Amino acid sequence: MNIENASILKQEKVTGDYNVLVLDVPGVSAHAQPGQFVHILVPRLENHVLRRPFSLYGVEDRTISILYKRVGKGTAALNLLQPGEEMSVMGPLGNGFPMECDCHPVLVAGGYGVAPLCFLAEKLGKKGDLFVGGRSEADILCIEDFEKLGWNVHIATEDGSVGQKGLVTEILDAWLNERADEDKPVFYACGPDGMLKALGNLAESKGATAWLSLDKHMGCGAGACLACVHKLRKKDGSEEWGRVCKDGPVFECREIVWET
Amino acid sequence: MNHEPSAIDLSVDLNGIEMRNPVTVASGTFGYGQEYADIVDLEKLGAIVVKGVSLEPWDGNQTPRMVEVPGGLLNAIGLQNPGVDGFAETYMPFLRKHDVPVIVNVWGKSVDEYAEASARLSDVEGVDGLEVNISCPNIKEGGIAFGTDEKMAAEVISAVRKSTKLPMIPKLSPNVTDISIFAHIAEEEGADAISLINTLPGMAIDIETRKPVLANVVGGLSGPAIHPVAVKMVWQAAQAVKIPIIGMGGITDAATAIEFIIAGATAVAVGTANFTDPATCLNVVVGIEEYLLRHGMKSVAELVGTLEV
Repeated sequence: MNIENASILKQEKVTGDYNVLVLDVPGVSAHAQPGQFVHILVPRLENHVLRRPFSLYGVEDRTISILYKRVGKGTAALNLLQPGEEMSVMGPLGNGFPMECDCHPVLVAGGYGVAPLCFLAEKLGKKGDLFVGGRSEADILCIEDFEKLGWNVHIATEDGSVGQKGLVTEILDAWLNERADEDKPVFYACGPDGMLKALGNLAESKGATAWLSLDKHMGCGAGACLACVHKLRKKDGSEEWGRVCKDGPVFECREIVWET
Repeated sequence: MNHEPSAIDLSVDLNGIEMRNPVTVASGTFGYGQEYADIVDLEKLGAIVVKGVSLEPWDGNQTPRMVEVPGGLLNAIGLQNPGVDGFAETYMPFLRKHDVPVIVNVWGKSVDEYAEASARLSDVEGVDGLEVNISCPNIKEGGIAFGTDEKMAAEVISAVRKSTKLPMIPKLSPNVTDISIFAHIAEEEGADAISLINTLPGMAIDIETRKPVLANVVGGLSGPAIHPVAVKMVWQAAQAVKIPIIGMGGITDAATAIEFIIAGATAVAVGTANFTDPATCLNVVVGIEEYLLRHGMKSVAELVGTLEV
């Protein structure tokens, strides 16, 4: 973990409400792994005391990029920033996705949850299948990134505006049922809780491993404040709070206890 | 952050806890120290106050536990902690390696639990002082119930006093009519110092769902929003007691820390600002030194309680 003043190199609108921000931040980029995140102090956000967490969308030598959706005051302020401006970046934080993959990688994304999976696909050194879902076409992002890397892309939208109509976990289920079993899938996912839970159930029913990246409101980002905890199941069957920022954000689906 | 040692004496003594400078961290905002060790030189702090510890492990509240509000945040963590033994085994080996006083925030659900936890912590090598949390608004039993009732406050502080020889620092609740009464009780019952203020109760509502934002319904407000309240209470308490005061509540920089010192605090604690910028404490230390230099003072002690009314 490092803390560094990053300078903004690029601010680009991707589609709809989504932007990509590229930051020069060598002290953070040097150690960053897929699935980790950064905690950003958004400039000119008066009367706010908390940083904002963003997963890493891409990392190069000195730079990191993040993909964000303009949803609230923090991201609105972020959207106003111009190249050349600076901001404090803490990171890289948390434990990312395990990178040893003997099986067939299947990435499952909901909305901007696709961001860390882009970085993962680039670093995995192996091609596989991406399943991406969203409400409508504007929420389906980064498809070209995966196609460039040679991944098979499967799209689901709730309104059917692009890809198949339905939930991403539904088209995944259908795909798994039609698929020959010789090459066991391992899942990597980031998206809303409902999607992660459904995917976890699916993975367990297939006896497959699923690495899920949780998204929780965070305080410190360093494991100190215990705001972003989630119930985890220990090996002995007992339950305990795990810190999403420090012990996660990536957990194997069998560790995660979902509220009923 | 590095600067040459100067002629200015920043050290303070909290009746047995010798701090190299007057700046520490507020319990619960800095974990157990090691969470921030990558980016904050712990030995540049005056002391570390760790997250609240109870006799037995405690699960804390359901989530959501925190929400940002204008000028601060509401938290209802609920004092989740691994208990005295878990704390001693997991966190003390790391803290013992650092040359910085360790103050353990201690709490219980009954007077006996406070006393027992305090006694056990007193036997843990490397613990330099106890901050007695009689003011947490986020648990149903204990906590604030002890800090807002004069008789119960006296009882619990007295019981802890009998159970430990370590410097003992009751942490006072702001949710009382007259803070000076509670400051006085602490001094009478043998406290070596007092710290104040803890958070102020508050709540936030999601108007779309018409549900409280926090799972605990209510939480404690901290951050810049409470700074003036805290300064006023430290000023009142300082007039009521002779023991040192650790002032806290909404410190973000040296100026907001210096206000507490002028009001009568011997030391200060940075809380919520650790989340905004973990380097805040170190910046405050440098800023206090610059201030003293600019005002021709040779020690921070010269500044304590110099308010001119």
